[in-house]
Amino acid sequence: MNAVTPALPAPIGLLAELTHRCPLRCPYCSNPLELDRRSAELDTATWERVLAEAAALGVLHVHLSGGEPTARQDIVAITAACARLGLYSNLITSGVGGALAKLDALSDAGLDHVQLSIQAAEASNAERIGGLRNAQPQKFAFAERVTALGLPLTLNAVIHRGNIGEVPAIIDLAVQLGAKRLEVAHTQYYGWAYVNRAALMPAKPEVDRSIRVVEEARERLKGRLVIDLVVPDYYAKYPKACAGGWGRRLMNVSPTGKVLPCHAAETIPGLEFWHVQDHSLAEIWARSPAFSAYRGTGWMKEPCRSCDRRETDWGGCRCQALALAGDAAATDPACSLSPLHARVQALAVAESALETAPDYRYRTIGGAPAAIPEGVAP
Amino acid sequence: MSLTPDDVPRLPRGVRMRFDSVRSAHVLLAPERTFDLDQNAVAVLTLVDGTRSIRAIADELARTYEADRGVIEPDVIAMLNGLREKRVLDAGPPQEAPAPRA
Repeated sequence: MNAVTPALPAPIGLLAELTHRCPLRCPYCSNPLELDRRSAELDTATWERVLAEAAALGVLHVHLSGGEPTARQDIVAITAACARLGLYSNLITSGVGGALAKLDALSDAGLDHVQLSIQAAEASNAERIGGLRNAQPQKFAFAERVTALGLPLTLNAVIHRGNIGEVPAIIDLAVQLGAKRLEVAHTQYYGWAYVNRAALMPAKPEVDRSIRVVEEARERLKGRLVIDLVVPDYYAKYPKACAGGWGRRLMNVSPTGKVLPCHAAETIPGLEFWHVQDHSLAEIWARSPAFSAYRGTGWMKEPCRSCDRRETDWGGCRCQALALAGDAAATDPACSLSPLHARVQALAVAESALETAPDYRYRTIGGAPAAIPEGVAP
Repeated sequence: MSLTPDDVPRLPRGVRMRFDSVRSAHVLLAPERTFDLDQNAVAVLTLVDGTRSIRAIADELARTYEADRGVIEPDVIAMLNGLREKRVLDAGPPQEAPAPRA
């Protein structure tokens, strides 16, 4: 190792966004507003090469995601490549469409874990949120097959105004479906969720209640169900270290082969992203301008620069700083130390107090909205 | 519901120990998480194969390291209890046909 520059730790996770195609149309989708089309997607051989490069670089977990990853014809071959390389494969799926038909073959190919999304516990509400009729029975049948195959199952529920009252029912459902883990993930307001923020923002008392419900259930279900809780940013005291810190733990490969430090990074103008077609993952991790831009603490301004938590929060989320403060190098306004924090909280309170939530703008390929909500910068 | 010396621990599907050659360390890979393992944890998990009871694991460790098994057994139970609470370890009576993962 070079003694002059400190060694760069290797990434541990690769988020492989295999496709943006998805049968669901969730209004909080974390994909970008400009979705990639099928014709531009990487081919099987390229993904196999990328996975081999990831394993050599030190990646341990591969998250096969999308869109709906089982919409790819070659999802079994991609999963088998992970198994051959010793990579831990995690299928992040909606469980609808062709997912069930491919599940046995995925299990045989060595799939390690399944993360299944649910939109709500109650079927009509779930199907309204996901924008697809008859999705709920498909998901239940899929979950049943996952556990019958002996695969570990995690349920992921994104929480917002439209389902926050169902958190107790979602916990019961996770137990009933045989999940070992449940992610109660309050909506992160990037991508489509940012556009739909006023329709999604829950009220603070309901957020507090949902957190109490989770804490009580964790105790009650100890040893049966692990519950991970992602708390909502706008009401938080400290921001989340986005992706565990920019360029520290994760790489995200988009359907077309663009390598990003996080899934929303393309919203930051002026960043130069490298492609897997032009560079190896190792080169991209070490030298790509996008990964170097906000790595470490050197880019920070006050109050982050002198903050005791600078290597805990890593300044929070760069994309949120851009969206809300108009500056990707600013302190994430979700942080109580940000001068804009009070405005962010006031915005959340005002939006959650709307008597009727606005209609969803459902996620669609080619359907990017013309205007996005303004931030809170003066 | 603590584990007892008669319980037979095993790693369920979706949980496996691996040597990470990039970081020169053993890790336990599990759904959405990675556990860094110290030498003691590696020594215990190497013996977790779905056939050995906790008592047998403690016996073997006491022999290998010439240590007091009265100290080792509670430590093994405490460590495995922790993994079981995180749902990355199963335990029960011995199985007819154990199928540990490589």
